[in-house]
Amino acid sequence: MYPHPSIKTEETQNLAALNSAGVVPVATPHIEIKDLNVFIEGNHILKNINLSIPNNSVTSIIGPSGCGKTTLLKTLNRLVDDNKGVTVKGSVLVNGEDIYAPGAEVTHIRKKMGLLSQKPFPLPMSIFDNVAYGPRIHGERNKTVLRGIVETQLRNVGLWDEVKDRLESSATRLSIGQQQRLCLARGLAVKPEIILGDESTSALDPISTQTIENLLIDLKSDYTIILVTHILRQARRVSDYIIFVYNGEIVEFGKTEDVLLNPKNEITQQYVKGFIS
Amino acid sequence: MTHIQKRLLRERLAKYAMQGSGIIITGSLFFIVGTILYKGLPYLNWQMVSESPKGGFYIGKEGGILNAILGSLYLASLSTALATLIGIPIAIYLDVYAKSGSFLVRTCKLLFDVLFGIPSIVYGAIAFSIMVWLGIRASLLGGVITITLLTIPIVVRTIDELLKTIPIDLKHVTFSLGTTRWETARMMLRYIRPGIFTAILLAFGRAIGDVAGVLLTTGFSDNLPQYLDEPAATLPLAIFFQLSSPIPEVQGRAYASALVLTFIILFIVICTHILASKQKKHKI
Repeated sequence: MYPHPSIKTEETQNLAALNSAGVVPVATPHIEIKDLNVFIEGNHILKNINLSIPNNSVTSIIGPSGCGKTTLLKTLNRLVDDNKGVTVKGSVLVNGEDIYAPGAEVTHIRKKMGLLSQKPFPLPMSIFDNVAYGPRIHGERNKTVLRGIVETQLRNVGLWDEVKDRLESSATRLSIGQQQRLCLARGLAVKPEIILGDESTSALDPISTQTIENLLIDLKSDYTIILVTHILRQARRVSDYIIFVYNGEIVEFGKTEDVLLNPKNEITQQYVKGFIS
Repeated sequence: MTHIQKRLLRERLAKYAMQGSGIIITGSLFFIVGTILYKGLPYLNWQMVSESPKGGFYIGKEGGILNAILGSLYLASLSTALATLIGIPIAIYLDVYAKSGSFLVRTCKLLFDVLFGIPSIVYGAIAFSIMVWLGIRASLLGGVITITLLTIPIVVRTIDELLKTIPIDLKHVTFSLGTTRWETARMMLRYIRPGIFTAILLAFGRAIGDVAGVLLTTGFSDNLPQYLDEPAATLPLAIFFQLSSPIPEVQGRAYASALVLTFIILFIVICTHILASKQKKHKI
């Protein structure tokens, strides 16, 4: 749906180089992270991160609590800037464009990446306005167009039939699973290229979790999806690639089955087997 | 006494202490309202609220306190409106724009805390000396400026506390939709809208009830307030002057004026509650 610029030869070479090290699977990188170091209030949270995240696939970031998973995710859309005393070194290239370059436009960068947070957070407005909010701030005023966007996105997340008769009622009246789907629809309405999920199903019941997981799998043909999760089974169900983060470092990155079934690193093995958590 | 008995005793003691203080406070409030009603109601009549003081007002004859009612309403509404218009952007700047925890933010918040606690006579004295220096006499405008300065810290600190209650998710959610900080700030204001009415109410209450701040800056006048550059009467000052009178009738009018002031505040409180509850439609 949203074509990504073709990769340059140089990037392909980089990718090949990383591949030979057995770090990166073959794919088209949508996001490239180079020598990324993040410090928050003097603590070295992320250390020397180098990654190429392939497009049109689901990549899960796994790792024990406090290892820097969420910081890594929030570095991608610069939400990490919101932290107190944060320093980011290195670069994050989205479609080859460095989002940490001086003068990079944050608003524009964030619009490219829809965020699905841990708990659904509907905005204090109606169901309709929640979905229409993004397009409205980006300048869409035409009511017919807005109605169209709202319907399309609510259909995309399978919520349309459940809410079409009460679009004007408050979004907070929806069940928590419905709210999370609404949040996904709201994110999709600004036409992102990337979906970032921060333990997006941790507040949901098993059935709503399954719905969200299936949606993400369906959406990967159009979007690059990056999820933070602490549930290994979920990572296995939905993701094509897995990044294992430990103590702020990337320990292993590879195809899901490789990382989970044949981890090369000893720490990954211990984590996958449940010896460390 | 067993351990569980001790715990239950503590539980009961805590409950009695809370009930006790509740009864004492509510009792004294009823006593105050009762006194005003008992002493003021006999003097409250249509003339009292519909006329300005006539020649014999201060010796207990004709006339009313319309000048002070209007003066207080003008003064409080104008200052509250100004304080809200100035205070909300300050609070937003400190919470959304400025880097959190920076020296600027910490200093500003500390200063607003200090300003919050400074008695209004200090504001009045400072405003008065500036007015003398500029050659401006006591006027409604002088009062509005003084009371605005007095109420800005109330608005800033209340809104600041409200903004702090907003889950960080709201910021993250709106930012990741590609909003600017201003658009996020507007969404935050929408989220705390019922609380903003409380902030305005607090500011209004302080503005309409203040005596010391207006004593030097607004002056007093028996005429209805018409121009910003003329002295204006205010209810608290009217009460003060009438209470100082040795004539019982005039003292009774002081209580009637207090009753009027109480009714105005009651009316504002009810309006605020209605407005605030209407805003809760999409509250999370």
